[in-house]
Amino acid sequence: MALLEVRNLQARVEDKEILRGLDLTVKAGEVHAIMGPNGSGKSTLSYVLAGKSDYEVTGGTATLEGEDLLELEPDERAAKGLFLAFQYPIEIPGVASMTFLRTAVNAVRKKRGDEELSTPDFLRFVREKAKELNIHQDMLKRPVNVGFSGGEKKRNEILQMSLLEPKMCVLDETDSGLDIDALKIVADGVNRLRAKNRGFLVITHYQRLLDHIVPDVVHVMAKGKIVRTGGPELAHELEAKGYAAYENAA
Amino acid sequence: MPAVQETVERVKSIDVDQYKYGFETKIESDRAPKGLDESTVRFISAKKNEPEWLLEWRLEAFRRWKTMSEPDWARVKINPIDYQDLYYYSAPKTTAGPKSLAEVDPELLKTYEKLGIPLREQEMLAGVAVEGRSKVAVDAVFDSVSVVTTFQEELKKAGVIFGSISEAVKNHPELVRKYLGSVVPVTDNFFATLNSAVFSDGSFVYIPKGVRCPMELSTYFRINERNTGQFERTLIIADEGAYVSYLEGCTAPQRDENQLHAAVVELVALEGAEIKYSTVQNWYPGDSAGKGGIYNFVTKRGDCRGNNSKISWTQVETGSAITWKYPSCILRGDNSQGEFYSIAISNGHQQVDSGTKMIHLGKNTSSRIISKGIAAGVSQNTYRGQVSAHRKASNARNFTNCDSLLIGDKCGAHTTPYIEAKNSSAVFEHEATTSKISDEMLFYCRQRGLSAEEAVALVVNGFVKDVLQHLPMEFAVEAQKLIAISLEGSVG
Ligand SMILES: Nc1ncnc2c1ncn2[C@@H]1O[C@H](COP(=O)(O)OP(=O)(O)O)[C@@H](O)[C@H]1O
Ligand SMILES: [Mg+2]
Repeated sequence: MALLEVRNLQARVEDKEILRGLDLTVKAGEVHAIMGPNGSGKSTLSYVLAGKSDYEVTGGTATLEGEDLLELEPDERAAKGLFLAFQYPIEIPGVASMTFLRTAVNAVRKKRGDEELSTPDFLRFVREKAKELNIHQDMLKRPVNVGFSGGEKKRNEILQMSLLEPKMCVLDETDSGLDIDALKIVADGVNRLRAKNRGFLVITHYQRLLDHIVPDVVHVMAKGKIVRTGGPELAHELEAKGYAAYENAA
Repeated sequence: MPAVQETVERVKSIDVDQYKYGFETKIESDRAPKGLDESTVRFISAKKNEPEWLLEWRLEAFRRWKTMSEPDWARVKINPIDYQDLYYYSAPKTTAGPKSLAEVDPELLKTYEKLGIPLREQEMLAGVAVEGRSKVAVDAVFDSVSVVTTFQEELKKAGVIFGSISEAVKNHPELVRKYLGSVVPVTDNFFATLNSAVFSDGSFVYIPKGVRCPMELSTYFRINERNTGQFERTLIIADEGAYVSYLEGCTAPQRDENQLHAAVVELVALEGAEIKYSTVQNWYPGDSAGKGGIYNFVTKRGDCRGNNSKISWTQVETGSAITWKYPSCILRGDNSQGEFYSIAISNGHQQVDSGTKMIHLGKNTSSRIISKGIAAGVSQNTYRGQVSAHRKASNARNFTNCDSLLIGDKCGAHTTPYIEAKNSSAVFEHEATTSKISDEMLFYCRQRGLSAEEAVALVVNGFVKDVLQHLPMEFAVEAQKLIAISLEGSVG
């Protein structure tokens, strides 16, 4: 059984058709990249999978390990193991990052039927993961994403991803706004999480992220559909030729 | 377990549309006949064996009240109150006044247990100092009378007087006579004047010179009887160099009719004294259709009478159908300080009009106002504040920060600050923001595994953090839970 199975998925926002019959299969252990021009519906796909309420699914299916995702509340999807690293992480004033992380970790653990982590265990867990991502303790004391630089926000997303131990990770333009050093830290973080039982969907506009996170499969998305699928070489081709050929496709 | 999750556990364990404290205690009570005239005032005074001067004081208030009308400037819609259709005095029959716990009606004790006030436990702890756990002396007021006050012995040793105001009238008449009505004059406003005429009980605190009260003092108010107004009167005096931290909590059963609560609280801080007064107000707010609930029309004022004195109000207001309340400070003494920290939450059909007055009279006085209003449902939430500097109040300083958070788009938040400086050296700063809990924020939290309720609780707790930290530790956690409970059903 595939980890993530998307069949003929159609979705709209504000009466505008965005996803128009999208198919995608990600097996456990695989890394898939989705590339495509701006406005092709990449972020929409990630939001629909995660269950954002203003996106209306009008047809098709999406399952995670065979279970219907589209029926579930967003937090239930998270508990099932779906994680979305946001293109634009949201600021939460007044809530310390540490508090946020702990609340999230324990909420997910509880829904999965695991024991909540004790304070010392949690702190140890966070410190270890934060260190790997070059995240300073001071940052964890600051309110969630408030005043974070672009790089800090993206590293914070990956930190959350490591802590929540998801099965299926969707990364939406995690490379945008990162300089090369920050990009490497983030990519290393993702690579460390690659595992036999985990899948990745890496959404990006540029090939350079895929030099660091080498995908098994590359898809091209245009106008709400997957229009081409290939190996890592497809990313290089797109880098060289651009998306012009796909702007009018589908 | 982090507080937020604990909160949610608690929320889940109670029925959503069920006011947690909405039970009724079956106790026979002793009531004054319905309605209000001079004989009612005399009845109350006689019940309490009051001295002549106090009866006269009440009667004067009553005569004055008859000439007054309800204030109409607040942004609240009030169903007409029929003052002749209320009971003005109700006492549990089995309890004539404060006694030892052994003599208190077990039904009453059960009520307080349900309210989460561990009276017994505290009494037991009285002799034993448990590390990391501070003691709290409690005065419990049930409808119109104070039924039990704990920790008397220990307080007496420190010279602290803490108990019902009725007892204080008997045992310390000179103190009561000197200070009663000295902060909130009998003629102050319609509800305060009514209270002066018919107040039934409340708490009295006197901290002698140079004494730091050895424990938190706390009063729990509970309205139980149907059609009964509660008019408690609290008087706290901190003599020179004294310190006290006092907390009041309030609950009431679920009733279809609106019940009137018109309390008066007076604080007096003499030279170098400090009073910290915290309120966790959780009166019944009415049902989801806006039926019933407490009318909470309260006059609270503190007088920084001596130089270098300080009064600090902290309030967490989550209950009541209508809240009309402006805990204020008169900064009379030179270098005196006033503070007001407020969290006011309105959900469903609740209406809140609350804020503070900081009246700068002395030299070099300073005040600080931090107000966090949270509106959900179809509620209306108004911050109303007044900061003024008298002609002679040189170097007055005020900082006001007033933030509103909206949940949903059917509620309203309003800010009405009045600022008046008659002395040109005054520096008053005012900041105000209004924000909304965005769907984006909630979705982000939910993508990380938080349920809708957990997400709102987390965001709101972030919003009120600056105020929560001013509550005594023991109550901050309780307040945090209450905030989550009162926002139940605000997103969906
Ligand atoms: N919330 C929204 N409201 C209105 N239009 C939207 C919304 N989200 C996305 N769209 C539209 O859907 C299309 C696809 O957007 P998006 O999924 O963000 O594309 P991509 O991530 O590939 O750049 C765009 O035309 C965009 O304007
Ligand atoms: Mg996008």
